Amino acid sequence: MAYTEEELKKELETKEYEYGFYTDIESETFPVGLNEDIVVAISKKKEEPEWMTQWRLEAYRVWKEMEEPEWANVQYSKPDFQAISYYSAPNSKPKYDSLDEVDPELLDTFKRLGISLDEQKKLAGVAVDIVMDSVSVATTFKKTLAEKGIIFCSISEAIKEHPELVKKYIGSIVPQKDNFYAALNSAVFSDGSFCYIPKGVRCPMELSTYFRINQAGTGQFERTLVIADEGSYVSYLEGCTAPSRDENQLHAAVVELIALDDAEIKYSTVQNWFPGGKDGVGGVFNFVTKRGLCEKNAKISWTQVETGSAVTWKYPSCVLKGDNSIGEFYSIAVTNNYQQADTGTKMIHLGKNTRSTIISKGISAGKSQNSYRGLVQVNSRAKNARNFSQCDSLLMGNDCGAHTFPYIEVKNKTAQIEHEATTSKIGEDQIFYCNQRGIDTEKAIALIVNGFSKEVLNKLPMEFAVEAQKLLEISLEGSVG
Amino acid sequence: MDLKDKLISSFMAFENNVDIDSAVHDERSDAIKNFEEKGFPSKKEEAWKYTSLKSLQKIDFSIFPKEANALDYKDVKRYFINEIDTYKIVFVDGIYSSFLSETTHDGVDICLMSSALTKPMYKQVIDVYFNKIASKDESLTTLNTAFSREGAYIYIPKSKMPKKPIEIVHFSTGNEASLLLQPRNLIIVEENAELQVIERHQSLTENEVLTNSVTEIFAAKNAIVDYYKVQNDLSTASLIDNTYVNQKDDSVVNVHTFSFGGKLTRNNLNFYQNGEHIDSIMKGVTILGEKQHVDHHTLVHHIQPNCESHQDYKGIYGENATGVFNGKIIVDKIAQKTNAFQQNNNILVSDKATINTKPQLEIFADDVKCSHGCTIGQLDDDALFYLQTRGIPKKEARALMMYAFANNVLESVRIPELKTRINKLIAKKLGVNLGFDL
Repeated sequence: MAYTEEELKKELETKEYEYGFYTDIESETFPVGLNEDIVVAISKKKEEPEWMTQWRLEAYRVWKEMEEPEWANVQYSKPDFQAISYYSAPNSKPKYDSLDEVDPELLDTFKRLGISLDEQKKLAGVAVDIVMDSVSVATTFKKTLAEKGIIFCSISEAIKEHPELVKKYIGSIVPQKDNFYAALNSAVFSDGSFCYIPKGVRCPMELSTYFRINQAGTGQFERTLVIADEGSYVSYLEGCTAPSRDENQLHAAVVELIALDDAEIKYSTVQNWFPGGKDGVGGVFNFVTKRGLCEKNAKISWTQVETGSAVTWKYPSCVLKGDNSIGEFYSIAVTNNYQQADTGTKMIHLGKNTRSTIISKGISAGKSQNSYRGLVQVNSRAKNARNFSQCDSLLMGNDCGAHTFPYIEVKNKTAQIEHEATTSKIGEDQIFYCNQRGIDTEKAIALIVNGFSKEVLNKLPMEFAVEAQKLLEISLEGSVG
Repeated sequence: MDLKDKLISSFMAFENNVDIDSAVHDERSDAIKNFEEKGFPSKKEEAWKYTSLKSLQKIDFSIFPKEANALDYKDVKRYFINEIDTYKIVFVDGIYSSFLSETTHDGVDICLMSSALTKPMYKQVIDVYFNKIASKDESLTTLNTAFSREGAYIYIPKSKMPKKPIEIVHFSTGNEASLLLQPRNLIIVEENAELQVIERHQSLTENEVLTNSVTEIFAAKNAIVDYYKVQNDLSTASLIDNTYVNQKDDSVVNVHTFSFGGKLTRNNLNFYQNGEHIDSIMKGVTILGEKQHVDHHTLVHHIQPNCESHQDYKGIYGENATGVFNGKIIVDKIAQKTNAFQQNNNILVSDKATINTKPQLEIFADDVKCSHGCTIGQLDDDALFYLQTRGIPKKEARALMMYAFANNVLESVRIPELKTRINKLIAKKLGVNLGFDL
């Protein structure tokens, strides 16, 4: 055996964040602080129409009156919202026609991240709309998509070019006053992705965006809006890495999905932001609001692999409004060292014959705290609603914690709800069995964790499944208790 | 004047009435301070998210009961488990009724809280146990502590077992338009001792009653305690029951809660496992109709290693009833090898009934087996059809299936006469006569 447990633990603790580097690109950054002027300035900067500016201001005024929520099972020193700069865009930003024109340093960054654009273009067949500090700088495969009538662009572009769609849907699922961070995002969101799939179109490729937080002291507030028109299908991927930094960075995104009649949206996330050092210093605060609306016969499926961020606070939800609609949530949340995650989902059953499935796998190691918090609500008119929930937690070492807070509220007698949760550790006998078959402890753990999370990994698109598996291994190897 | 202010201003008068020189005086004063600060819990608090006390606070409850109505045994006989001989501690409108009770000091102490709090011979025990595990923070518990004066006091010395089960019964006769009762029970079971208790709250008229009860149970090494709560009150009676159980090594405590009635019932059941190889068992059957509301709030705190806890709550909700189950299991870091199980199954039989459930796990140790399961569903149509093909009418078939659903919990009732009684209550509640006992 190559390692003893001690050595492994040591190596893991000292393992520097793999993607921790900082790209030296001159950014145009606003003065720190937040007031109405800044909100207006952001809006002006992005050449937004008047209605958008007003919409942002409305959100800002609501936000000012709100208090930061404290109910989540996480502890952190609250960010100072007046010490954050709310806008930063990479400076060298003409519209590129080809990759050659892009700042080589920027390209190098992507290469180190493992998302070499040209390679991806050729091999993966994935259209990547890269958000580098809030402003999208490269979009590929736009043409192929345009032929099908699919709109896939940055949200600021969409506001300018498809105002009717944006105006109709933005804030329709996550209203400005929904919660503290959603309100903040609505006021200051700098960029994000917009996607519209026309009626009856099946999007031929996985749409994908990579987000990065780059500029020191910059919060990133993306806004994503995905609209699948009647009978359409789209699979959307979102993946994240961030450079290593000591001060806490705030990330408050809003994602809205709209699946009209018979449409299907599959939204997958791999989140690997800087989790903070092994002593709990630094790391990203990830406070995200994600919600989807299902009309008749529509389906929304959330899949997430959460390995990064110092504090995560995220509940991708489905509002099952239409009859026969389906909501799914598959999640793996891994926490190590001093990471804290409070994540889960909400399934709101409003229509008849609605179905939802929740599979949540939590893995805690080191001194981390991992919570599942979920709500299954069946309205009095939601006849024959069906829900199945399963939350499993795996504990590694005795300094970590696993928590479950499932809320189940049912007002209809025809509902069928099942919920089960288990907490356990990797069995010594399981490891022993692997050992005696010649598999060393480290590999055995990887094997068992992989098996534990298989149900969720299987739901990921190919491109992500590989990356996710790798991430799980990096985050966990050697943490056996 | 709202209820909170009334209670606080009555505290002085209350204190003057009881012995202010006793050690308990300080406990009372601290408790009323805490209540004054916190007031009644509101729906904004996570623990009270699904249960509102607002409407109860609007009622002008009288806090000090006047003279008790004398009750004839034959009028209230049916509320006792009269098939067997029991010790009885009976209160009528909060006042001890020596006429209806049967207490003892023969080897064990089965008597009154009021005498335990005032007589010097009990002082040592009171100093060690009184208000030691009851929360000093939770507002309704501290409200009870502030006004603690009467209730049951049970002390079972080492290796003793009372000859017969004990019944604690609270009657309210309705000689007040609305009455607030705050019984306070203290139960101490020493090493190797055993105890069985049946507790019941019963209104005899339709006048409004609110009971805010606190029970502290201490189970020493190897002790065995069976506690049965029968809640089948009129629809004008509300009950907030706060029970705190402290367990030492190898002890076994069973608490069964049968909720079939009442307007609003809230059961706060808290277990603290201060030893190893402990078993804590919580079981409940809830069958509700009308506009009844029952909220089961359980907490098991696994503080030491190698312990077990088992929870099994079944609920059947009809008409406009609301059911809440909130079960919390905390496993401390050192509590390795803990086995904690929690099960909550519910059947909704009406479109207007609601069930809110929140089974919660907070686990800080890694070598544990903890699981919880929760289901909400209906009776299986195929099974119902099968029974009908065998000549069992639909109504009876449904009742039979509901019996089967609740039977797991009934099986572990260790007093046969009580089991029969519960069976009858269930049959009555379901409106059928099966002609046999399960």
